[in-house]
Formats: sequence, C-alpha cells, structure tokens
Amino acid sequence: MINLSAETMRRIDDVIPHYPMKRSAALPLLHFVQEDQGYISSEAIEWIAAKLEIQPINVYELVTFYPMFRQKPIGRRHIRVCRTLSCAIMGGYRTCAEFQRQFNTGLGEVSPDGEVTVEFVECLASCGTAPVVMIDDELHERVDASKARELSEKIKAAPAAGAR
Amino acid sequence: MPAPEQHRLIFRHIDEPGYSNDLACYQRNGGYEVLRKAVQRKPEELVDEVKKSGLRGRGGAGFPCGVKWSLLDRKSGKPIYLVVNADESEPGTFKDRYIIYRDPHQLIEGIMITCFANKVERTFIYIRGEFPDGAKILEKAIAEARAAGFVGPNIVGTAYGCEIYVHRGAGAYICGEETGLIESLEGKRPYPRIKPPYFPAVLGLYQCPTIVNNVETLCHVKHIADMGGEAYSKIGTPNNTGTRILCVSGQVQRPGYYEFEVGRVTMGQLLNEVCGGPLPGRTFKAVIPGGSSAKVLRFGERYKGKRKVGAEMVEYDWGVEDIPMDFDSLAMIGSMGGSGGVIVMDDSVSMVEALGNINAFYSHESCGQCTPCREGSLWMKRITARMVHGDARPGDGALLKSVADQIAGRTICAFGEGCAWPTQSFVAKFGEEFKSYSKETRGPRPDGVPELV
Repeated sequence: MINLSAETMRRIDDVIPHYPMKRSAALPLLHFVQEDQGYISSEAIEWIAAKLEIQPINVYELVTFYPMFRQKPIGRRHIRVCRTLSCAIMGGYRTCAEFQRQFNTGLGEVSPDGEVTVEFVECLASCGTAPVVMIDDELHERVDASKARELSEKIKAAPAAGAR
Repeated sequence: MPAPEQHRLIFRHIDEPGYSNDLACYQRNGGYEVLRKAVQRKPEELVDEVKKSGLRGRGGAGFPCGVKWSLLDRKSGKPIYLVVNADESEPGTFKDRYIIYRDPHQLIEGIMITCFANKVERTFIYIRGEFPDGAKILEKAIAEARAAGFVGPNIVGTAYGCEIYVHRGAGAYICGEETGLIESLEGKRPYPRIKPPYFPAVLGLYQCPTIVNNVETLCHVKHIADMGGEAYSKIGTPNNTGTRILCVSGQVQRPGYYEFEVGRVTMGQLLNEVCGGPLPGRTFKAVIPGGSSAKVLRFGERYKGKRKVGAEMVEYDWGVEDIPMDFDSLAMIGSMGGSGGVIVMDDSVSMVEALGNINAFYSHESCGQCTPCREGSLWMKRITARMVHGDARPGDGALLKSVADQIAGRTICAFGEGCAWPTQSFVAKFGEEFKSYSKETRGPRPDGVPELV
C-alpha cells in the first residue's frame, strides 16, 4: 500500500475517465505518483497496475523506458542540463561541470549534502537560448558557467524554498 | 539581394508587449471569431479549404495536410481521433514551445476547427514531459475555452461538441514519431508501428482512424479557415505555401525564431542578415537545415542541377547561401526542411566532435525495437566517442559509414534514416577531418572551444 495525498488521489480519479481505455492513464498516473513521492517504488508500480487493471510488468516496462521516471529518490532540487548539439556548441558541458563542481557531485547522483541531483538530459527544445537548464520545473536560459554559479548560490541560500 | 521582411502569421503576437496567454487577451485580438464562423460551414468545405491551401505538415515530413485528412477512414463507424503532436523534440527545434507558452488559444482554435472539419469528438494533445508549465498553461486555456463554449459540448451554440485532453510524455524522443506517439498514448512503450497496415488514418489510436498533426500545422489551419485556402496558397511559393517558422541556433550573432513566407528567404539571407552573421572573428563552416536528423550542408560546396520554375526547367548552381528555405529546394540539394531547426556551426567546431554529440543523442533515443537502429546507433556513438576520447584511426570514417549504410531503409520507422543521415553526410562532406582527426593533430583544446562529447 502506498500513501498518496488526497490531492494526488483526486488527480488520479479525474484523469482516468479522459481515456476510453484505462491503460492509457499509465503515464499520467506515473507522473502524479512521482510528483507525490519523489520516485516510483515497486509498491507504486503494483498499485498503479491494480488501479488500471493491468499487469505490474506493463507499468514496470514504462518506468524503465521513459527517461523521466526514476526508481530512486533524487536530491531536493533537480538540475537538468541540456547536452544536445546546440547547447553543447554554446558551452553546455562547461555549465554542467560547473553545477557538479558547485555541489561536489557526479552525474545522476544525489549530492553529498542531499541538496541536488545534476543530470545531463537530451534536447529541451529551447535551442535559441542555449545553453539551457531546467531546475525542477523551471527553465533557465543562456546558462553559462557564471550563471550556473549564481543559480547554485541561490539553491544553497534557500534550502526551504521550492522544497519538493 | 536584401532579406525579405518577416511575415508573421503564427507568431504575430508572440513578442507583442502586453500580449498574454489568457482568453480575454486572445479575444481582444479577434480570437475564436474564425471558429465561430467555421462551425456555420459544412465540415467538407473546411477540408477542401485546407486541401486548396497546399499546407504541408510542419513537424518534419512536410506531408500535405489536406491529403492526410482525406486519407481518413470515414466509413468504419469507429470514432475519429485527433492527436496533437506537441512532443517537439527534434534537436534544433523550438517553435511549438512559444506557441504553447505564449499563444495557447491560437492552437486550441486551430484544433477545434480541425476537429469540426473532420468530425472528431475527442482530442489529445501529447505534450513532451519537459514542458510541465506548458501542460499547465494548456490545461488552463482549455478550461477557459470550455467555460466560454469554445471547447466541450455544444460549441458556440451548435449541436457539435468536442473535448480536448492534455497528455504528458516522459522524455522519449521517439514519441514524436506518430505511431510511437499513439502507442505511448495507449499507455505502452512507444514502439513505432509498422506501415502497412498501421496507417494512423485507418488504424490509429485504439485502432480507430486518427489524425496526428503538429502544433504549428494546426495553427496554420486556423489562418486557412480565416482567409480561405486560395488566399493562403498565394503566400509562400508554389508547392511550399504559407509561412514557416525557422528556429536558428548555434553559432550566429542572433539566434532565435523567425517566420517567413516559405521559400522567400535564402539560407544566406537568414544567417547573414537576419541572424547577423557569424560570431566575431569566425566563419561559418556547416549548417544543419531541418533538425539534427537532416543532412549537414558544408559552406563552400556547390549544388548543381535542373529545377522546375513555373513550367520550365532551369539550371541552378547554388552555394549554401543561395538555397531557398523551402521543403522542395532543401530536398533537391539532398537534405530536408524537416522541422525548421537550423543549427549553425562555425570554424571552431570539429565535425568529428559534432557528430559524436549527435550520435550520443540518437543512441540514447533509439527505442530498441529494430536491431539495425538499436545496435547501429550505439556503435556509431561508440566509434565517435572513441575517436574523441581515445584513439582515432584513419579508417574510422569508412567504418562509421559502413554502419550507417546498414541502418537506413532497414527499420520500422524513420528513426533509422534519422540516425544514419548525420553520419553519412558528415563523413561524406568532411571526410578529410575524419581521416586526420587524432589527439596529436587536435592538441590541447583552445580557450572558448566547447567540449561536445
């Protein structure tokens, strides 16, 4: 059994009737549960499968395929740096290295202070303002190394704000 | 010749001070008046207008929109679905983002006209997972439109009704492929379906007839319904009608989005005048004209042949700068207009490293269903990564080409071509760089030259 907030339960019950077949709601449910719990646990996979009347493997195979779903918790803030060509040409690798340096962390790990997880992701569709970075749900544009330092300072200075 | 003025049809209000993405602002600017008139007409008339307009899909393939609609199986008795492809994920493309974030009601009006014309009663907007705010903006806009009677039952007082739902993806590029998108919408892994028999127009979402259209394409439908197909077809050039948003990124002075009549602006005008030319002290080396899958163009190469102008065949001899930015010209010179994403590289960029970056993308994004693509994209990535980080060998260019040549044409979907074309074109056009690339010739990375792999 997993504990989902009343709000998450409401969203789940609202979204299922959008589709003529329940299975279609798998991606929305995975998003809602991940937003609620921070990651997708094996209990969550079982729960979603039961809710949608499908087999757990049918949910598990989605979690392992779609890059946005994760099976482990991440840091308090999620920093996603675009790795693809237009951003890389404009210095995306330097931006990513700067975030890693600021939080003393490797790619895809939780930083030692638990503050962030820095990830390289593929094209975020904002190539004209490269390099771009998403911090949680917010897009930041033209993030060179110095702007990466500024953003890192803000994250460090505001531990309570934007808590997940 | 100086570059023509931009012709902003879709992006008319995008940068307007004070223009907001709410219903009140949209209606102050004449919003939903076209829908109001459209639902008074016969649906078939609207389909005819789109056919007459010559509108070609803006998502990548450039398939004529009216033809796509006319392929719908209307006799099956099954419901017809519209699926809006808002999965914008072709590297270099960022136009739909601005439509969704800044002018969502324009999209919704285009969707509702399309639904009315094709007797669709349920629509899904498949928006990429990396646009979380975009999904919220669309949901809010749909709620506003529903409250005002533009979405939902009994649209503007008629008996016709249609619902729009927003469906978020989760970070997979292959969901932009229309049958992969449909699988994803059904709650599965987005493995593209084989065609035949799974043409969406016949066996699409839930095995029902389905239209999959790109966000920008649907916005054009609104303007076609407004001005009429005939008038729309006079914008742009023959067989390449209307306007098109060109997204320019990479090493130019002014990257960004620019909307021109299709075929009225050349690559040279776009990059040198509109975008202000190369960065200080640099020269252009290469450009990818239609998203990262499109074959690269090398500055200095010539394209020669015969083309049709009106009824006559005339000879052409173009440099990269002379190419008109339309579907047919870019296809003629061996690349494609694709999704309109123009990626510019100057002389500071190593083509081996740029290809290494692209190969890493395709290797990450291959869905893994077809062996040539799954294994080939991985090996192309490994070879270019080894060249950059390990030992480059003189035969690597030929090796890369041999892998790429075994992918294209041997896969279920166009991803096979999409991942092979960059390697094939980079090696064909910059072969000497692949031959001579090595740690020794490369030396220490100069200041300001970015890492790409």
